Amino acid sequence: MAVKKFVVGSFDDEMVLFPAVKKVRKTGYKIHDVYTPFAIHGLDKALGLRDTSLHTAGFIYGITGTATALGFISWVFTNDWPLNIGGKPHFALPAWIPIIFELTVLFASVGMVLTFCYLCQMAPFVKKHHFHPRATDDLFVMVIEVTPRANEEEVRSYLQSVGAKEVNVQAAETGWWLGTYDKEQKLISEKVKAEQVV
Amino acid sequence: MALLRYESQTRDPLVEGNKNYHQVTEDIVHVIENRPTRLWWIGFLISVALLLFGIYSVGREVYYGTGQWNLNKTVGWGWDITNFVWWVGIGHAGTLISAILLLFRQGWRTGVNRAAEAMTIFAVMCAGQFPIWHMGRVWMAFFVLPYPNTRGPLWVNFNSPLLWDVFAISTYFTVSLLFWYTGLLPDFATIRDRARLKWRKWMYGVLSFGWSGSTKHWQRHEALALVLAGLSTPLVLSVHTIVSFDFATSVVPGWHTTIFPPYFVAGAIFSGFAMVQTLLVITRKVMRLEEYITIEHIDVMNKVIVLTGSIVGCAYLTELFIAWYGMNKYESYAFMKNRADLFSPYGWSYFLMMGCNVLSPQIFWFRSLRRNITVTFFMSVIVNIGMWFERFVIIVTSLYRDYLPSSWPMYYRPTIWEVGFYLGTFGLFFTCYFLFSKFFPVIAVAEIKHILKKSGDVYKEKVSDIEKQPVEAFVAEHSHDHNA
Repeated sequence: MAVKKFVVGSFDDEMVLFPAVKKVRKTGYKIHDVYTPFAIHGLDKALGLRDTSLHTAGFIYGITGTATALGFISWVFTNDWPLNIGGKPHFALPAWIPIIFELTVLFASVGMVLTFCYLCQMAPFVKKHHFHPRATDDLFVMVIEVTPRANEEEVRSYLQSVGAKEVNVQAAETGWWLGTYDKEQKLISEKVKAEQVV
Repeated sequence: MALLRYESQTRDPLVEGNKNYHQVTEDIVHVIENRPTRLWWIGFLISVALLLFGIYSVGREVYYGTGQWNLNKTVGWGWDITNFVWWVGIGHAGTLISAILLLFRQGWRTGVNRAAEAMTIFAVMCAGQFPIWHMGRVWMAFFVLPYPNTRGPLWVNFNSPLLWDVFAISTYFTVSLLFWYTGLLPDFATIRDRARLKWRKWMYGVLSFGWSGSTKHWQRHEALALVLAGLSTPLVLSVHTIVSFDFATSVVPGWHTTIFPPYFVAGAIFSGFAMVQTLLVITRKVMRLEEYITIEHIDVMNKVIVLTGSIVGCAYLTELFIAWYGMNKYESYAFMKNRADLFSPYGWSYFLMMGCNVLSPQIFWFRSLRRNITVTFFMSVIVNIGMWFERFVIIVTSLYRDYLPSSWPMYYRPTIWEVGFYLGTFGLFFTCYFLFSKFFPVIAVAEIKHILKKSGDVYKEKVSDIEKQPVEAFVAEHSHDHNA
């Protein structure tokens, strides 16, 4: 993965962030990403991201579970070891519904969570560059890649003009690597105000 | 940009106090960053002591066999299965709150869902202990899994409700855990990014899976939460339905009824909400979270309790009616003589159940009592005692008098090791809950931030100001929003 240069603007209000995203995109700058402390509905549309296909993946995993359960149980009870249970039919579909349903749910949810982790490239011990430590607290951080078309100084002043409270330039690794947080990332030395610590 | 959503003025705000995003983080995360209080230590050590007593009790059962319990010729299921069903029932509220209320877009779930989901997971862990150790030769517990074995392979009986239970409970546990953990990821990242101690930064760094808060990740996270909620909703209903099938598919009088699935599910939600109340009334006080878990939250949950309690009451009366109307003499004997007769050996337990589950929750029709913390706490304990006795009544009063009257005089009462096992699961449950409340954010930080501007105090005031405006002024101010 390559180390790239980014201009990082932090906003403290999503009401300012939304128009800023629109303006920045209209001007033609490439927004690398916007990091927010919570899900902001509509921001993905504003950034021009396409809808996620995670639902479709979940559906596929689900029917895989259905097929696995139905296929396996019917193979066992009609083919591999047909047990006579009170003289009832070997192919006892109604009695299998509970397990078929449970496996459908199990496959769908486990599959979706793994897919989610894969798509977001998330796993224990995975480390990524975080542009602002308060992006998970109360700041909305817009990151714009510096390209030949987007001059560093120009982007800086543009971000300030659309309402960013704090703008800086960072060179950052865009992918992930394995590492420990305590060694490679500076600890926040910012003193928490006395009245906030109860 | 105008207001995103209209918010009713008749409802109280879900987050009290004029909070901003940073204060929300502070209020919820400071508990994790400070040393545990003396009260925490006392509670934690009592729980660990109970857990150890439980481990010893189970150890005796494994070493000497199920003879350590007073199960006898007709009462083959006693305290153990009673406790199993009781714990599974408690484990239903968490997923109900997080999944069903998410689908119904109930904003108030955000204050309580994290703790309720944790409670669910711990309760299911406790529930799982009982059938496993009840097996007796527990080292063969893996026989319940359909794996290719050297005995044929001889497969498990897929037509048996007991096997459905294995699949239902393990699936429920897995899905609840995944749902809970994916919700925790952003909050772990919040703790990681403000950590000032090396080990804490490291630990929450590992736990947060490298979460960054990217918009695309949030989009997927939301999609995942929605689909998991959609999957968990039928799942949560299926689990207790299947537990009720353990009874309903048998031919034992008092068990063989079609009312069992809905009646069990309502009872599960009833007792689960009671347990959530018990835990949250204490949690909000000890951790000073009264502004997040407000009286409004407690009021709403008490409404659910009175609703589900009344559904359960209807089921009890329906059972009695059908026992008479159905003209099956075994069924009617089980209900009229073994249960609803106060002077029969276990008659006391039936009336205790009726009093705790049907009569006492009716006090929640009064608003002032719903919003009273002491009454709520007291009632939540009463309800769970009642729900324990419901399972006890169903299991023991149906079993202690079978079709052969010569085996009737046996009166089942538990041994100290049976009780010890039950106490041990309390130890397990509260040990886990104490650790959770110390190391995990008890309230979903990111979700509270999400609703803050919609249901927080500040927003409510804004909306009420707008309501005072004349219509023309409102239109003039907000009509061009689409172009903003």
